[in-house]
Parts: sequence; C-alpha cells; structure tokens
Amino acid sequence: MNTPSNLKYAKSDEWFDPATGKVGITDFAQSQLSDIVFVEILVEEGEDITAGKPIASVESVKASAEIYAPASGKVSKVNQGVVEKPELINSDPFGEAWLIQLDGGTAGDLMDSSAYEADSASRAH
Amino acid sequence: MATIIEPTIFELSSAGRRGVRMPASDVPVVDSLPQHLLRSELPLPEIAEVDVVRHYVNLSKLNYSVDSGFYPLGSCTMKYNPKINEDTCRYPGFLFSHPLQPIETVQGNLALMYELQEWLKEISGFAGVTLQPAAGAHGEYTGVLMMAAYHKLRGDSKRIKMLIPDAAHGTNPASVGMMGMQVVTIPSDDRGNVDLKALEAACDDTVVGMMLTNPNTLGMFDENVEKVISLIHGCGGLMYGDGANLNALLGIVRPGDLGFDVMHFNLHKTFSVPHGGGGPGCGPVGVSKTLLDFLPTPLVGILEEGNDEEAPFYGFVTPPNSIGRMKAFHGHFGGGMVRAYTYIAMHGPDGLKDIAQYAVLNANYLQAKVRGHYKIPFDRICMHEFVAEGRFEGSDVRALDVSKRLMDYGFHPPTNYFPLIVPEALMIEPTETENKDTLDKFADALIKIAEEAKTQPELLHNAPSTTKFGRMDEVKAARELVLCCWLPENVELN
Repeated sequence: MNTPSNLKYAKSDEWFDPATGKVGITDFAQSQLSDIVFVEILVEEGEDITAGKPIASVESVKASAEIYAPASGKVSKVNQGVVEKPELINSDPFGEAWLIQLDGGTAGDLMDSSAYEADSASRAH
Repeated sequence: MATIIEPTIFELSSAGRRGVRMPASDVPVVDSLPQHLLRSELPLPEIAEVDVVRHYVNLSKLNYSVDSGFYPLGSCTMKYNPKINEDTCRYPGFLFSHPLQPIETVQGNLALMYELQEWLKEISGFAGVTLQPAAGAHGEYTGVLMMAAYHKLRGDSKRIKMLIPDAAHGTNPASVGMMGMQVVTIPSDDRGNVDLKALEAACDDTVVGMMLTNPNTLGMFDENVEKVISLIHGCGGLMYGDGANLNALLGIVRPGDLGFDVMHFNLHKTFSVPHGGGGPGCGPVGVSKTLLDFLPTPLVGILEEGNDEEAPFYGFVTPPNSIGRMKAFHGHFGGGMVRAYTYIAMHGPDGLKDIAQYAVLNANYLQAKVRGHYKIPFDRICMHEFVAEGRFEGSDVRALDVSKRLMDYGFHPPTNYFPLIVPEALMIEPTETENKDTLDKFADALIKIAEEAKTQPELLHNAPSTTKFGRMDEVKAARELVLCCWLPENVELN
C-alpha cells in the first residue's frame, strides 16, 4: 500500500497535502472500495469548509462512501477531472485524483504517514 | 460480444403491426388538443399479440425466482409466497372496487383493512397502525415524520440528530436525510450489539431518536436492546424500529413491549406479499401510545359498533395531530393488504410463532454447517440470518466470486457486501420455507466452493459458466449508464 510521507492522513482515509492544500482519498481507501464508478463533489470553489464535514461522496461497485474534509479552509479549486473519470481514484489516488484544493488550509486532527500505515493495517482485512 | 437470445420489444417492432384493432369511433372526432402539446413522434413498439406473449414468456424463462429455486438473499426474507394469496386478492369484491367508492359499498374491504390493522397491532405490541405507506422506506419516512411532529408539538426544536448503528440498512440514513436531520453513526461492539459507550456519549437533548433494526443486519438480536431504548428515552428521544427482520420475532417478542415507539412492517418480507417487479411493496407503520395521535390520515375505524345481528359499520377516521396523507388513497390494498391478511389468517397465532422458530432454526443450521469453511465474524447463535466472509487465506477470491459460483450450482446468491462492517460479506437468510434437503444442498455447494477457492480459484473468477450469460462487467455497467436502446446523439460507446 502506498502512503507518501509528505502527506497528512485522517482516520477516515482522506489525505491532505500541507504544501499544496490538495485533498483526496488514500490508496488504502480505494483498495477497500474497489472499482470507483461515481464521484460527486459537494462543495464549490470559494466555499469555506470545516474539517470533519462531508465534501464528496464516492460510489464503487461494492459500496458508497462519504468523504470528509481533512482540513479547514477556503476551497480554491474543485477537480472536475476526477468527476468525469472516477477511475482515476483507483489508478492515481495521490496524484491526478485529488478532489479539491484549499487555499492554505488548516489541518484537522491528522496522522503522519507511519501512524496512518499502522492504523490502516490494523483495519485491513 | 454475447449472443443476443431475446431482442428488446422495440427491436421486434414492425411498422403497422397491431395486437388489437380499435373499432371506428362512434362519436364525432374533434381536433381540439393544443397543437404545441402534440408529439410528432411516439416510438412505441408495434407488435402482434402472439409476439408480445412470446417475448415476455421467453424473458421470464431467464428469470430466477422463489418459485424456481432457493433464494437466500439476506435481509430480504425471500420466503415462498403461498398461491392462495393470489386467489383471495382476485376475489371480485376486492378486485373491482375503487378507492373513491362510497364506504357503504366497500364495507368488506374496510373490514379487512381494520382487522389487518388490529392483527398487526397484536403481533407487534403497538397501539395503532397505518396501512398507507407504499413500501418499507416509505414507512420509515412516515415514522420519522411522526417523530419530528412529536418534538415540534412539544416546542422541542433543538432536536436534529438521528442515531443510526453502522449495521443499519442504507434506507435509514436516507429517510433521515430527506427530513434534513443529521445522521450520527453508532458503532457496533465485538458481539454485534450497539456499542453502549458510544451510544451513551451521543445521547443528549439534540437527539430526535434512534433507528434500530433488531435483529440487526448481522442477524444478531441486540442483547442490550432494553438498555439501548432506555438510554434513548432518557435523553428525550424516540425509538424507531426497522421491521425488516420481524420474521425472526413473530409470536416470540413484540417490539412495542420492548419499548419501541414506532416501527414499519415489510408485508412483502414478513407476510409473504411478493417482492419483485419493483413492487408493490407495502410498509404499514405501528406506533406506541406516544405517537398514536400523529398517525397519517385516514385510518380505518369503526363508525358504528356492531351487535349480534349486525356487523360494525366501518369508515375513515383522522387522528387529532395527524401528519396528513402519505399516499393518494389507502395504500396497496389488493397487492399487499389482502395477501398479507390471507397469510396471517392461514397461519394463526401458533403458525406465526412456528414461522419465526423455523426461520431461526434454518439459519442456525446453515451457519453450523458452513462454520469452519467460512469465517463467521460475529459467531454466536444467530436469528433468521447470518453473515459469513467470502475470502480465504492465501486466495484472491472475493465474496462476489463465491456468489457468482453459487449460480453454477443453481442457487441465487446471498446478499453481497452488506452489512458494510463485515469485509467481503455474504449475508445468508434461508427463511422458514426451505426444507432440510435444500439447506443441505446449499451448504454442500458453499463448502465445495470454499474448497475450489483454494484449489481452483479460476473456476470462481470465471463464474458463472452454466448460465446463459457469463460474468457481467459491473464496473462498465455502472460507469457507462446507457439504459435505452436508442443512443442519444451525444453518447458514444467505447
């Protein structure tokens, strides 16, 4: 499982990049969900969001899942590319499949990569 | 490209062909419809009667149903639907009545509805029942509306949160979402019960109530259900029961006696109304005394008491704080109520109790047979269903592969990937209507498949191989939503 060390992680399987303000879901999350078939982003550019609140929902052939904001701040960009091609979440969860970008952004209660690796491994089946 | 074994009805169409020839109009034809409302094109299939019949008979042969085989779809209670139900719901008095007929002319229908309300009250321990809701989720929404109305009437406007266990059916949070309330998820503990610590922490004066399915979707009866209900009542909330799994409780436990305030019944699960074709479902709702005045209008009531000589005179009554109508008329009368009434009447109180006991016995028998071959994550005496994991040490086989392989053995697969808290979930509900031979054959197939998963996993990955069509591409189907036979001009198929 890929867990880049420059990112911060939420227990609910979102990542936050403090350097760019980008937000997405983790490799572990996509592997648990399997093939993603639908992405809906629930926030708009310019909107202020709070860590822990829903920002998107994704659906796979197995289940649907709410995606929560790992950080608070103003949404500067929404990635339409991932809405049009949900499979990007499976192929490139930390790259092209970012969901939204925050202007700066204040991290919520997040883990570093090694803590997240341990936490997700304990939940892996 | 798969072989097309039956074209669509539109592809069978041929211009000018007719099933029925209409007689010439015997009244003057007027051309008074506004021109801008007329369609220039209406591409309905043109087809002869015999071809319509053959088309649908051929399609029906591709179907799998409770009439053709074992259907262990967990949480759906796919029991056999006795054919006497089909007889009674076609009695001319039921079949040819209209909901707007004067009540003096439909006393038989009203008597049946009244009695069904009474029976459902007796079965569930509730003080009142509405038969209106069209299906289970509609019943949930009706229940949540009543809960909101109760708090509103008391001026208790702070309550916006509904507590829902993580094992719940997705319809629970959906019903709450439709009300604009917030969903708070309560985790399950390691015995499959509601986690009492988490529940206690969530209970405060902003809680509308809780929606609990008991037995839950793991097939577990919540061992602390009375404590759960007292915590909810303690913070001023109301207790909603999702009656999806009532089949396990008939004649044994009454949700009203446990302290639930409101619950929907799924007549199409517990009381043998057919599922399928998208309906008609039927989702009556029972309420405790607390919510009695909030029931939808109209209810069937006795307007004039009867005596030794005369039957009571039935009509419609409106509860004082009614939330209003949930449906244009009275609910699914022939489709749902007459069949459920027949089923309850045929079984009687002892028969209903037998149903619950055999449903629980069958599920435990199957669970015991497959234990050791499949991981059972919450391994205790189950109720009417149990959940196993469709994955094996050192094998890349998943629940979906196990299910597809079951089709090769001639069985309908169980529910997959639900509840979400169990990885690779296979949720198995045999119901009371299956005999030991069927259960043995099904268990043998499951055990053989577990063996194949280790020795010949490709058999599972490629399954089904004995059906008309092989493995469907579910990902492509979900990503490329092309549902009609004429492609809109801007859609391109890959």
